[in-house]
Amino acid sequence: MTKIRKRSNAPIFWGLFGAGGMLSALFVPMMIFITGIAIPLGFLLPAGTMSYPKMLAFAQNFIGKGFIFAIISLSLWFAVHRVYHSLHEFGIHAGFGAKLLCYGIAFVSTVVSAFVLLGLGF
Amino acid sequence: MSKRKPYVRSMDGWWKKNPYFVEYMIHESTALFVAAYAFILLVGVVRLGQGEAAWNTWLEALKSPLSIVCHLVLLAGAIYHTYSWFKILPITMPPVIVGGKKLAPEVLTGSALVVAVAAGLALLGLVWRIAL
Repeated sequence: MTKIRKRSNAPIFWGLFGAGGMLSALFVPMMIFITGIAIPLGFLLPAGTMSYPKMLAFAQNFIGKGFIFAIISLSLWFAVHRVYHSLHEFGIHAGFGAKLLCYGIAFVSTVVSAFVLLGLGF
Repeated sequence: MSKRKPYVRSMDGWWKKNPYFVEYMIHESTALFVAAYAFILLVGVVRLGQGEAAWNTWLEALKSPLSIVCHLVLLAGAIYHTYSWFKILPITMPPVIVGGKKLAPEVLTGSALVVAVAAGLALLGLVWRIAL
């Protein structure tokens, strides 16, 4: 009888971690600067850059939608993977519950952002 | 069950004794900053989906001094994430061979950081173009 070997799911989570780490390393600092500092202070960027019509149009655009989705979703898959694997360093022996909580946060956020972004239409 | 209580040395704060591990813990914790920002953005997307009034409340909330300070802290954390992510890039990716020789780690990290700065500026430029 041939033994059926169960394939590990680790490469999927690791892949999401790598993609999210890379994407956030490239874009998140500038994103924070734009949405959290420049726009609220009315500094550098034109007034109304993030007005409702502009942002709705951006989120309805295929590329804009994809960008927002990728930043939110992949950043979280990256973060939860790193947090999950760091628990050991803090003396927490992470079990199934911790894994479910960590990856669950990323999964729910992915679903919510996809649902809302798709709901905005094209 | 044995009534013996053998001494187990505590591992609390083990990483504080070595600067290498202190840096490791700092760069690992940058994930929390990235996550915090992703949640702020997620709230923004949800508010956008709820219509103009909800969106404007979100924009207004971002103007509070507390929000600005939080974003400055997040920015520092995110920049450190970028720096540390590319600093360990030579270890995490397969060796790059140029002209039969392995590319020096500093060259790899340096060029990746240049790419990161360029990506950030390109994003800013793009947002500017869309805004006009």
